[in-house]
Amino acid sequence: MDEGIEALDTFPKLLMYHGKVRGERPAIREKDLGIWQTWTWQRFAEEARYLACALAEDGLTRGQSMALVGANRPRIYAAIAAAQCLGAIPVPLYQDAAAAEMAFPIRNAEVGHALAEDQEQVDKLLEILPQCPSLEHIYYDDPRGLRHYRQAGLVSYDSLLERGRKGYERDPAFLEREIAKGSGSDTAALFFTSGTTGTPKGVVLTYTNLIERSRVVADWEGITDEDVVLAFMPPAWIGQNIFSYAQPLVAGYCICCPESAETVTTDMREIGPTYYFAPPRVFEALLTQVSVRMDDASAPKRAMYRYFMGIAQRVGERIMEGKPVKLWERALYGLGDLLVYGPLRNVLGMSRIRIAYTGGEAIGPDLFVFYRSLGVNLKQLYGSTETSVFVCIQPNDKVKPDTVGPAVPGVELKFTPQRELLIRSPGLFKEYYKNPEATREAKDADGWFHTGDAGYIDADGHLKIIDRAKDVGALTDGTLFAPKYLENKLKFFPYIKEAVCFGDGRDNACAFLNIDIEAVGNWAEKRHLPYSGYVDLASRDEVYALIRECVEKVNADLAQEPEIANSQIHRFLILHKELDADDDELTRTRKVRRRTIGEKYAALVAALYDGSESVHIEAQVRYEDGRTGKISADLRIAEAKTFAPAAARRAA
Amino acid sequence: MLLSVEGVSLAFGGVKALNDVSFDVRSHEVRAIIGPNGAGKSSMLNVLNGVYHPQQGKIRFRDHEFRDMDSHEAAALGIARTFQNIALFKGMTVLDNVMTGRNLKMRCNFLEQAIWLGRAKKEELAHRRAVEEIIDFLEIQHIRKTPVGRLPYGLQKRVELARALAAEPILLLLDEPMAGMNLEEKQDMCRFVLDVNDHFGTTLVLIEHDMGVVMDISDRVVVLDYGRKIADGTPDQVRNDQKVIDAYLGVAHA
Repeated sequence: MDEGIEALDTFPKLLMYHGKVRGERPAIREKDLGIWQTWTWQRFAEEARYLACALAEDGLTRGQSMALVGANRPRIYAAIAAAQCLGAIPVPLYQDAAAAEMAFPIRNAEVGHALAEDQEQVDKLLEILPQCPSLEHIYYDDPRGLRHYRQAGLVSYDSLLERGRKGYERDPAFLEREIAKGSGSDTAALFFTSGTTGTPKGVVLTYTNLIERSRVVADWEGITDEDVVLAFMPPAWIGQNIFSYAQPLVAGYCICCPESAETVTTDMREIGPTYYFAPPRVFEALLTQVSVRMDDASAPKRAMYRYFMGIAQRVGERIMEGKPVKLWERALYGLGDLLVYGPLRNVLGMSRIRIAYTGGEAIGPDLFVFYRSLGVNLKQLYGSTETSVFVCIQPNDKVKPDTVGPAVPGVELKFTPQRELLIRSPGLFKEYYKNPEATREAKDADGWFHTGDAGYIDADGHLKIIDRAKDVGALTDGTLFAPKYLENKLKFFPYIKEAVCFGDGRDNACAFLNIDIEAVGNWAEKRHLPYSGYVDLASRDEVYALIRECVEKVNADLAQEPEIANSQIHRFLILHKELDADDDELTRTRKVRRRTIGEKYAALVAALYDGSESVHIEAQVRYEDGRTGKISADLRIAEAKTFAPAAARRAA
Repeated sequence: MLLSVEGVSLAFGGVKALNDVSFDVRSHEVRAIIGPNGAGKSSMLNVLNGVYHPQQGKIRFRDHEFRDMDSHEAAALGIARTFQNIALFKGMTVLDNVMTGRNLKMRCNFLEQAIWLGRAKKEELAHRRAVEEIIDFLEIQHIRKTPVGRLPYGLQKRVELARALAAEPILLLLDEPMAGMNLEEKQDMCRFVLDVNDHFGTTLVLIEHDMGVVMDISDRVVVLDYGRKIADGTPDQVRNDQKVIDAYLGVAHA
C-alpha cells in the first residue's frame, strides 16, 4: 500500500494522489478505432479537473446530483470524478433502461446535469425532459447524429472540456479548494437499485463506505496497481462500479473498457484481465458457448475434451488449493493443462486471472466447479448495493461451491428466527434517498441491515444463502421450496436459458422454461430439424424430449437431497417467448420476476396444475422500438419422471 | 446541381429499358428512385456508374459531361455503389473487404508495397485509420476479423455500405439497401443511411421498394414505370400523384 494514501478520504483526493504518484501508469484503457488507447492516471486526473471547472461554471455545486448514462467509457468515469471534485453526487443510470424508467431517478434526485454517451441516450433524456424540469444541462460524448439538435443546454463533452481547461488555467486554486472541502462522510454516489419489487430506491453511499470496503478487500486479496480489470457490466450497477471506479482509485490498478458490448469476448482475450467480476449468467453464457463449439468439434477433439474435463473435475480444484493429489493424476492434469485447459482458458481470456468473483445471485455448483477445475480461481462473493458489495468472500484455499464464504474483516452477521440474514458493516449505506420509511424498514436502530435473504452459517463458518427470505416457501407436505435453487439447477443445462419454478403452497413443483435459442438451434441443425424461429423450435416434440431429459436429471439430483427431494419438478412447459426485461419479466440485471410472471401467465400456471395437456396463450410483447404486438400459441405441457428420495430408497 | 441526367435512353435489343429519362440530383440530398418491378430502376443506377452505356442522352456529373463512361472512370470521379445481391469477397474478412474500398486512394506502386517501404507503411496506416473510422461509424467492430461469408445477411449489407463509404464517394448509389431485412434491421439501416448523409455529406441515390422507408428518408423521389419517368418531386407530391397511384395499384380497364 502506498504511503500516506490511508489518510485520503474521498475519491477526488485519491485521484489527484495517483495522478502525482503514478502519473505515467495506465489508469483506463479504451479500445477505439481498433486500437487500445490509454489514459494515464495523470490524464485521468487532468480530465476530471477540467471537467469539474466547466461543470462548476454550469452551476453544479455541492450536494446537487449529476446523472451519467452510458456504457463503460473513460469519459463517463472522468465525469463521475469531476462531479465528486465539486462535492456533487454522481447518479449512474442503466444505459439500457427505457426512457420512462430514467424519469424516476432523475426526478427523485433532482438531477440538473447529465452526461449521455451518444445520440440514443440523449434522445431518451430529451424524451423525458417535460417530466423532469430540473434537468437543464445535457452533455454528450459521441457527437454522431447530434449535429442538428438545437436543444438549449445540449453541449458536447469536447467543448465542455475545452471550456473547463480555460477555466482551470484561469484559477487552478478554485478546484483544489473544492476538493479539499470534501470529507469521508459526504455522499459519494447514488445508486438506484434495479427494483425487483416496486419503484427503485436510491442507495446513498458515502466515501467512507466505498473506500473502506475497497481497501479492506484489496489488502485481504493482495490487489496491487499491477492488476487489470475489464469493465463490461453497466457502470450503474454497484457490482461494476466498485471494481471499475472505487477499488482502482484505492489500489491504483488499470481498468479496460471494451470497444462495444458485442466485442467483449475478443477484448477480454486481448486484455487478459487479472482480476475479474461477473454475475453467474456471464459465466453461464461462456460455458454455453464452449459447449456449443465443442459439440461442433471433430470426434477426437470431443473425446479428448471429455476425458480431460473428467480428470479436471476430479483433481483440478484440489491441485489449485494445494491439497495432496496422487502423482499420476497430477501428471495427467499437467498434460490436460497443455492440451485442453490452457488453450481453453486462453480462448475465454482467463489465462492471467488471479482472482475472479461471481455474485449478484447464486451460481449453479456444477458451473462453478467447471471454472475452478480449469484452474481459474473463481470465488463467490456476497453483497449488495446497500453493503458496498463486500460482505462475504470465499478465501483462496477454502472454497465450497454451495456457500459464499466467511464474512470479510469488519463485517458482522446474524439471523432472525425466520432465517433472514442481518448485516452490520462499515460499508453499510447511509440511507435510501428521500425515503426514510424504506430506510427504517431496511436498517434497524442498532444499525443492522435486513437483507431479505434467507440462509445460515455452516460448520466451517461459511455463509450459505438459499433464496430470498420472502420467496422460500413450502409445498403442502411441508417440504422446503426454494425456487431459485431449482431454477439454478435447471439453468445449468446449456439448453435451458431461463427457468421459473412454482410450488409454494401446492402439492408439487412445476416449471416454465425458456430454451437457449443458440444451443438448441445448434442441436436442431445437427439433427436436420428445420425450424422457423424461437416459437416454432420451442414447440417441437424433439425439443420437448431434450428438455425433459434435463429436467429428469435435475429431479434425480434433487432426490439425493432429503430436505428438498419432494420439490422435484413434476410438470413443465416451454414458454412461447423469451422472458424479457422490456416486458417486465426480468429485472435489468436479468433476474426473473417470479411473481409478475406468475400473475401475467396465471392461465399457464393453472394449466400446469390442473392436469391438462396443452394450453392456449395470447400474450402481448413489446418490441425494442416501443411498439407492442401480440403472440398467440398453443403450449404443450410435459410430465417429467420423478425419483424416490434417496433416504426413502435406502429405507425400503 | 451535382448530377443531371438528360434524355437518357437505353435499349437491350428491342427492349427499351429507359426511355428519355431526365432528372437531377442536388448536392447532399437523399434521392430515391422508385417504381414497380421492371421499371428500369437498376438500369438507371447502372447507367450512372458506367456499367450500362445508354444509346442516347447526356449525363452531367460535377464539371464532366458524357454520354457513357466506364465503371472505373465513375469510381475515379467519386461515384460508389452497393449491389442488390451483395457483391463482397466472401472469403475475406470484413476489414479486408472494407480495405478494398480504399484501392483507388492507394498511391504506392507494386514494388513499394512488396518490400514495405516507409511510404507504403505510412499509407497503409492512414488507410487503416480511415477504414476503422468507418467500421466504428457503422458499428461493425465486433465482426472486424470475421470472414464475410459467415455473416448474416443484414450485416453483409452493412459491410457493403462500409466498403462503398471507404472510397469516400461524393455520390453513393444504393441498390435496394433494405431488401430482405426485418423491421429492426431496416430501422438500423435507415439510421445509417441518414447518418452517412449527415456526417460525411455524401449525396445518396437509392432504389428501394419499402415505401415507408423511401417516404421517411428521401428528400426527393423519381418514379419510373416501363422505362419512363412518370413523376418527380418531394415524397408528399409523389404520394398523391395520380399516375404513381395508377402505376402501383393498376388501372381498372372498364
